[in-house]
Amino acid sequence: MSALLFFIAAIGVIAGAIGVVTLSNPFYSVLALVGHLLSLAVLFLLLRAEFVAAAQVVVYAGAVMVLYVFVVAYVGGEEQSLDEQLTRRARSRGADGRKLAGTLFAGALLVELFIALLGSGLKAVSSVGAPYAPGPRAFGTPAYIGNLLLTRFLLVFEAASLLLLIAAVGGVVLARRRGGLEGEADEGPRYTPLDILRPLGTGTMTEGVEGLALAHARSGEHDDGDAHGGGW
Amino acid sequence: MNIGWYLAVSAVVFCVGAFGVMTRRNPLVVLLCLELMLNGANLALVAFSRMWGNGDGQILALVVMTVAACEVCIGLGMIVAIHRRRLPIDVDELRELQG
Repeated sequence: MSALLFFIAAIGVIAGAIGVVTLSNPFYSVLALVGHLLSLAVLFLLLRAEFVAAAQVVVYAGAVMVLYVFVVAYVGGEEQSLDEQLTRRARSRGADGRKLAGTLFAGALLVELFIALLGSGLKAVSSVGAPYAPGPRAFGTPAYIGNLLLTRFLLVFEAASLLLLIAAVGGVVLARRRGGLEGEADEGPRYTPLDILRPLGTGTMTEGVEGLALAHARSGEHDDGDAHGGGW
Repeated sequence: MNIGWYLAVSAVVFCVGAFGVMTRRNPLVVLLCLELMLNGANLALVAFSRMWGNGDGQILALVVMTVAACEVCIGLGMIVAIHRRRLPIDVDELRELQG
């Protein structure tokens, strides 16, 4: 039963991987990757890695793939202009050479990996894995993983959280609007009805920082400062 | 099932991903193929973890998933920034890193 499940999941994994590489529409590539990830989660379950399988489905196939779908919908929808297609056709000879080189490289890598795996002489590779310890099963459960993460691998855990923070800040910095959109620059400063009713010097943040006179002297040239400084 | 079967599947997935990274030109698909390579490595890690009955490989697989999520975040942010500047979304056209 587990052998049957393994082969079904393995076929799903490899078919999903090939689909990602060969499908021409990026949107279908993302969908193929979702199928690949779900099949891979089945393989993880067969290897008694329940928590990793759950995280794979929730984080990867859920959140990360939704992000991909959004970016594909944002970026990939535009049509190619004609001269772009012409240069593309002129470069198709180069594409053949690249495809050949890629095939050769991937084939060589595959042969090398198989030699490394099957000729490694590790006895344990041809076994079904470590025997179970007696008692209630602990290996791979969330409690087991959490215990390891908070005791032996605490430094790794903290480093991963710091890495996630850096990546979040980097994503915001990379994807922000620099200098605003084109239509935004010639808009004046935004007034709300409260600005008309409010008497001078009643504590906006600009007045608090710069002083009353300076803030109101600056409010005339407000749009320049806003368009360049306040990109986000 | 022998652990060797899982390792063979992970090797195939890794090589398919490497092929995609080398041949595809859309950076979105290149990122997807990088995910494939990371997933191949993850499968090997979990298989080795099962082989020794030791959880370290699973922890490393989780860390690899974290790194992959960060890579996706940065990569997609770069693609969105490239798209904002109306540059072509094509890794052959984007030869220069200078903005």
